[in-house]
Amino acid sequence: MLDDLVRNLRVAYARLWVRVKGGNREPEWLIFDMFLPIFTLSAYVYLYKMLGVGTEFAGFVVIGGTMLAFWTNVLWNMSAQFYWEKETGTLEAYLVAPISRMAILLGMALGGFVNTTLRAVAILTVGLLIFQVPLALNEPFTALLIFFLTIAALYSLGMLFASLFLLYGREAWHTASLLQEPVQFISGSFYPVRYLPTMLQLLASLVPLTFGLDGIRKTAISGEGIAQVWPHVIALSVFTLVLLPLAKLALNFMENLGKKEGRLTLRWQ
Amino acid sequence: MSDYVETINLCRTFGKKKDLVKALDGVSISIKEGEIFGLLGPNGAGKTTLIKILTTLLLPTRGEAYVGGFNVVKEADKVRKIINLVSGGETPGYGILSVKENLWFFSQLYGLNSSVAKERSKRLMADLDFEQYANTRMSKLSTGYKQRMSLARGLLSDPKILFLDEPTLGLDVLTAKKLRNYVIDWAKQERKGTVLLTTHYMIEADEMCDRVAIISNGRILACDSPQVLKEDLRKTPIAKIEVSSVQTDFSFIEKVKGIIGYSETRNIQTGVTHLRVMVNDRKVFAEIESKLNEAELKVLAVNETEPTLEDVYIRLVGKGFEEAEEKAHA
Ligand SMILES: Nc1ncnc2c1ncn2[C@@H]1O[C@H](COP(=O)(O)OP(=O)(O)OP(=O)(O)O)[C@@H](O)[C@H]1O
Ligand SMILES: [Mg+2]
Repeated sequence: MLDDLVRNLRVAYARLWVRVKGGNREPEWLIFDMFLPIFTLSAYVYLYKMLGVGTEFAGFVVIGGTMLAFWTNVLWNMSAQFYWEKETGTLEAYLVAPISRMAILLGMALGGFVNTTLRAVAILTVGLLIFQVPLALNEPFTALLIFFLTIAALYSLGMLFASLFLLYGREAWHTASLLQEPVQFISGSFYPVRYLPTMLQLLASLVPLTFGLDGIRKTAISGEGIAQVWPHVIALSVFTLVLLPLAKLALNFMENLGKKEGRLTLRWQ
Repeated sequence: MSDYVETINLCRTFGKKKDLVKALDGVSISIKEGEIFGLLGPNGAGKTTLIKILTTLLLPTRGEAYVGGFNVVKEADKVRKIINLVSGGETPGYGILSVKENLWFFSQLYGLNSSVAKERSKRLMADLDFEQYANTRMSKLSTGYKQRMSLARGLLSDPKILFLDEPTLGLDVLTAKKLRNYVIDWAKQERKGTVLLTTHYMIEADEMCDRVAIISNGRILACDSPQVLKEDLRKTPIAKIEVSSVQTDFSFIEKVKGIIGYSETRNIQTGVTHLRVMVNDRKVFAEIESKLNEAELKVLAVNETEPTLEDVYIRLVGKGFEEAEEKAHA
């Protein structure tokens, strides 16, 4: 038992290490990853300035842009990961090994988080400096709590996607790209969700990013505290507690289905 | 000694109804501990399917399989602890990481202590002659070195049973020989491990294996040591016939009475086709030669020859590997 746990933790660490090592080996990528989001959020900030809708929005946009980096990472690197591993043949090595598949997913998630944090910190710093966003961090621990709960919920969702996409070839790729824009839109990455129609707001509440963004903005910009954001804490915790076991179930199910249908290590389907 | 790998009436189908493919059709084999066992057969015979079932990557449709005494379906976790798999022609890891980094990573899937892992990979890299590439990115390695790395990756976890799926696919003669010898050493001296390898190279099966199972269309047609399999053919005359044409359809010789089977190898460069013909009486060779002459083909040489494992296959199926594969692709 303990042996298995230790081995799986080692695996998760090793997978994290591959992610971090591989993801930062080409410095150009880093620069690319940092500057593109900064351009996007600058565009929004200037748009809002031109429309004269007040400085509140600059803070919104900077935090939105920062958190969006994590969402992008979840979609592009988590969801389609098993699909890539299948293409390169490393999936076979995982499935033959005496390890929990969840350990691999966990390592991928943590590695993706570390890599993205490097980029997100840059986006945040540059954003805060350029646009002179006034922060009002009255309860920094509450803000951090919301941040980590958001990350946990987002990456749990990523783990679920990765599992669901285990058997799907290129569709995984297309689905991931389909989700990028709508989620960016309904989760209110660049504006407050309350300006959306009620239906969309309801839809938005199904995406953990929406709660995370709102919670972080409340605690970091509006100076609110746990008294105001406790519903966010609960919602985000529920997301994680539901999504994580769901990811494990989905992974087991897909692995079995793959073994039954013979699609597990089949390429280019 | 106990049976280390055993399959009982193993069946695996793919697809449904009209497109149903019987990849394995009632395969029963048993492999002893410490044995190097080969599965020899043409493309599409079912070799990889069998390996996938034994390495827990695929479920059988029917029948049972045991590895190290564990049921591959019900006790997959226990099976995984004692095996490793090397698939020839497969990318051996992450392209962006160096060879050394990759080997460390894959050792972690088996819970190796990092210092043990590093020591072992160092030794494997030295033994398999690629330590000079330890710090090279995997994506920059040539096929031969990728395959060496694959083998190293498979041995790193010190498995009791090693599965090799076409380990020397597409390699030059020297590299292939080196890998083969290394596996033999590993199985016979160093680890005393068990090996199940698939191949469609005759010499590989002949040189490496204690026993060979000949597989075709999902069925095991024969299973014994290479010597015994060939011994059975001692009384069957076999000749190599060289004909100076690479265009001709030679299937007409099938109709010659007394022919058991034949295979052909066309060499476009020299313009010569080597026919390997098996007959039930020496006299038939003259008959074949006259048939070739009638067809206005120039016969360069007719030489009787010793049986090989391919002849065993020809004997069983009536044609060589290449012909079987051509038919499968048609
Ligand atoms: N996942 C799959 N889905 C559908 N059909 C499959 C699948 N895997 C194998 N087959 C079919 O099963 C048969 C046996 O294939 P298999 O890969 O086991 O052959 P093989 O002996 O390994 O051949 P090769 O020498 O080409 O590697 C083939 O007809 C193949 O097309
Ligand atoms: Mg194969």
